[in-house]
Amino acid sequence: MSTAAQSGDPAGPTVSVPSIPEEQIVAICETYANDRHRMLDILREVQDRFRWISPKVMETVARQTGLSRIEVEGVASFYSFLSQTPKGRVTIRLCDDIVDRFAGLAEVAGIFEQELGIGMGETSGDGAFSLEYTPCIGLCDQAPAAMVNDVVVTSLTPERARQWAQALKAGTPPEEIVSERFSELTPHARATEQVENNIRHAGAVLLGPVPDSAGLKKALDMAPAQIIDTIEASGLRGCGGAGFTTGRKWRFAASEPAEKRYVLCNADEGEPGTFKDRVLLTERPHLLVEGMTIAARAVGAREGIIYLRGEYVYLRELIEEVLADRRARGLLGANILGIDGFDFDLRVQMGAGAYICGEEGALISSCEGLPGEPKTRPPFPVNRGYLGFPTVVNNVETFCHAARILDRGAQWFFDMGEEGSHGTKLFSVSGDCLNPGIYELPYGLEVRELLEMVGGEDAAAVQVGGPSGTMIARDSFHRRLTFDDLATGGAVIVFSGERNVLEIVEYYMSFFVHESCGYCTPCRVGNVFLQKAIGKFRKGLANPEDIDYLKDLSGTIIETSRCGLGMTSPNPILTTLENFPLVYSAMVKPSKDRIRATFDIQSAIEGARKLAKRRSYIYDRDFSK
Amino acid sequence: MAEPRKARIATTSLAGCFGCHMAILDIDERLIELMKLVEIDRSPLTDIKRFTQRCDIGIIEGGCCNEENVHVLRDFRRNCDVLIAIGQCAIMGGLPVMRNAIMHSDAPLRECLEEAYITGRYIRNTTHDIPNDPALPLLLDEVYPCSEVVEIDYQIPGCAPTGDVIYETLTSLLAGKFHGFDRMHIKFD
Amino acid sequence: MSDQDITFTIDGVEITAKPGQTIMEAADEAGIYIPRLCDHEGLRHQGGCRVCTVKANGRSVAACTQPAAAGIAVENENTHVNKMRRDLVEMLFHEGNHLCPICEASGNCELQAMAYRLEMVDPTRFPYLEPCRAVDASHPDIALDTNRCISCGRCIRASKDVDGKGVFGYVGRGIHRRVAVNGEDLAHTDADAADHAMSDEVCPVGCIIRKRVGFVTPIGEREFDKGLIGYEIEGKRRG
Repeated sequence: MSTAAQSGDPAGPTVSVPSIPEEQIVAICETYANDRHRMLDILREVQDRFRWISPKVMETVARQTGLSRIEVEGVASFYSFLSQTPKGRVTIRLCDDIVDRFAGLAEVAGIFEQELGIGMGETSGDGAFSLEYTPCIGLCDQAPAAMVNDVVVTSLTPERARQWAQALKAGTPPEEIVSERFSELTPHARATEQVENNIRHAGAVLLGPVPDSAGLKKALDMAPAQIIDTIEASGLRGCGGAGFTTGRKWRFAASEPAEKRYVLCNADEGEPGTFKDRVLLTERPHLLVEGMTIAARAVGAREGIIYLRGEYVYLRELIEEVLADRRARGLLGANILGIDGFDFDLRVQMGAGAYICGEEGALISSCEGLPGEPKTRPPFPVNRGYLGFPTVVNNVETFCHAARILDRGAQWFFDMGEEGSHGTKLFSVSGDCLNPGIYELPYGLEVRELLEMVGGEDAAAVQVGGPSGTMIARDSFHRRLTFDDLATGGAVIVFSGERNVLEIVEYYMSFFVHESCGYCTPCRVGNVFLQKAIGKFRKGLANPEDIDYLKDLSGTIIETSRCGLGMTSPNPILTTLENFPLVYSAMVKPSKDRIRATFDIQSAIEGARKLAKRRSYIYDRDFSK
Repeated sequence: MAEPRKARIATTSLAGCFGCHMAILDIDERLIELMKLVEIDRSPLTDIKRFTQRCDIGIIEGGCCNEENVHVLRDFRRNCDVLIAIGQCAIMGGLPVMRNAIMHSDAPLRECLEEAYITGRYIRNTTHDIPNDPALPLLLDEVYPCSEVVEIDYQIPGCAPTGDVIYETLTSLLAGKFHGFDRMHIKFD
Repeated sequence: MSDQDITFTIDGVEITAKPGQTIMEAADEAGIYIPRLCDHEGLRHQGGCRVCTVKANGRSVAACTQPAAAGIAVENENTHVNKMRRDLVEMLFHEGNHLCPICEASGNCELQAMAYRLEMVDPTRFPYLEPCRAVDASHPDIALDTNRCISCGRCIRASKDVDGKGVFGYVGRGIHRRVAVNGEDLAHTDADAADHAMSDEVCPVGCIIRKRVGFVTPIGEREFDKGLIGYEIEGKRRG
């Protein structure tokens, strides 16, 4: 992970690229009505077509949208999938999650480097290929995985990597490597051709049989306030991780006086190890849109947005097809199901590689065409959200649940799970277990029970809720998967005894450093310091007092950060310090005679020895050599 | 009753400019008062090169930019009960630490020396060589604040700290009454 | 005090606020100084540096953006809050290259003054990030050394909202986020030395440097040699 040390300007273009005709940029802007709020769409399209956002492009886009170049650059430089240097015609992004690393990523990366003749982070001179790492792309159950332009490749072995690289070198479009009949397949078949669903346990609510539009039809017989009452009575809480009561959120948005309201779906599933929304988007897209439509009915919204993470671009056409289908069937658009004045339609907003956009304020910023920075709270999105209007932002799973609750009733849902954590939850299980995949289970299971179900009895550590959650050791496997004990947006990552806990922690800290938006000091800078401190522990260069330092610095970051990212980013450290204390204490080097054993004079003078071509009078025994 | 023994003080300048030592002399006529309380062992002020006995206080000016600095600093840590880092160079590397920020290349030390002795715009070096006398201590890969090499007990900030601040700090430390600085007297320049 | 005014306490002192005022605005009027770096009079609030963190009913909030609310108990000056602020100030020192002895802003620098106020004098535990960005001296009257930038964004807001220009903006993300100019370099923007954004009150550190006026006021006779940062606001109370 790079830090400020390497934060100079990006290198200029090193590969030959065709010039970008200005009129085409103008045309792209006009497709979006020169609307600055569609900046992310505009820049994504420029990136897709011309493979970079050149300074000239930024000027043109700025002129068309009435912004300044620096404002466009602010957006272009924020998102990982937008580039200010030319990328290859095919960009291969290898998923660099810790699960992928443990599943053989290094070997796979080596094969791509060898076959394509470029290193990670490089673009080939002929402009054919770019090779880079990207954080978790939501395919931990079939790691190592990669994105190749807009398709994904899973379960990469060295052989499979070589096949892909060679086919790409031969000029085969990535889609055709997925399937020779790719163009003939339905969007759903295309998705499942690329990615296994791995549904291991279907529960009663989401993954079992789901009747078409049953919830929506019942909702239409109810007054908006009744819909909200039903959702509130069901006990449904947000499934993205934070667990806010859904009914209350809807009530707040509905009661805020406003001429417009919005319903936004957070499909920016970015927490490493989480991939449940991927499966819902593949298998239950109608249910999602149904849930959003019900929410729109409940709060009085006429427009909505599905914010789909850039990594799930392969699901975009599937979702677009669902939207088109529903419009055709009168389930979306004007006068839904013949109800006069019930209008609701939505668009898909593609993300572009930024975990922070899963934070609801940042998601709204991103939908508004801004860098994905969280917004100052208050005002809260339910009062002033998207474009300043009351906005409901819910997770994919939450909307799906809502649709089912309307169909089957609040009590049915309330009776599942336990007090405070009602209904079922999708768990995405990955790592060192026999059956990684999706498990829909009622809340309240013990971690141990889940481990038995997934074939992960040998686990030495389980990361519940992804990096911003909790890492527990064997002695805590009796803890339960509920909001009140081990809360999770769905991620359960299993680690066997062979795994190095500090390696996992260091990876997670590098993830947060990469994904911090940089708006506030503690998260922008503090996380870099935490990452460096863990690096010292791994190298055996930490002082005993560095354990307190880690706790202390973590405390400041948690207490002073502006949004949830910084408030949870020290969790990998804090939870492992608590549950795996020996991992840390075994690595510290106490001072001797108050001289720091962590300062290594030998490595500090090694460069000078070579440069001066002589040895040290002080620190080399035989300095004449 | 025997007179209480005077506190023994040692001082040194590592990668510094001796400005902090000048500041010690800026205590002026109060030096006479101070000398009633202390005796000075190893120090450039006395020209004593080695510790003659264990000291109560070691005062360090300058950070560590070469192996000799590390050696001396460790020697001070071994031979002094309390170490005080005095001035910005000892505290955070000071001016010499500027080289760290320009050293993000693959061969940082070489580039730094080449710029300083050969390629720099205003260099007049008739030998076109980088000095490499065997008597020169080897440079460290970067400049380190003293606290990274040994444990430091107190810091007196400033570039240089004023004679007043040094005097106040030393006398209150010796009296066992040091409770931090007057905030109006904290200066980093 | 009108009917709509609300009252709350800061460190036990009762304060009156007008509806819509932030905790900091109300505190300023009452002569209670809450440390801040990214906030500046006459500019929109940003809530980015977090140095103004206070505890409101036990919960950490940024005083510059948090609306005052009736009856809340705000903790401003206590050991814990000031320790966190000191950490934040130290983070900013270590994120950039802040070599006070050679910086023209020394003595007028709010970052440095905040370190004095918060007594940042103990041996550090933070690493130095030591950025190495080119100094932009292209403009005839102004130089930019972004190695000293603390990302407060005051110049961005001053240029956009006060000067109506938009010379500056943020680019990048995370630790790479920084202030950049609206053009190839500063000379290729409409920056002018007379802009509010370029005035010595807007940049709290030595990042925006006006040429040819360096060291006109000698070290030792500068803004924060007169008093601790915040003395003007605190003076209101005593006066």
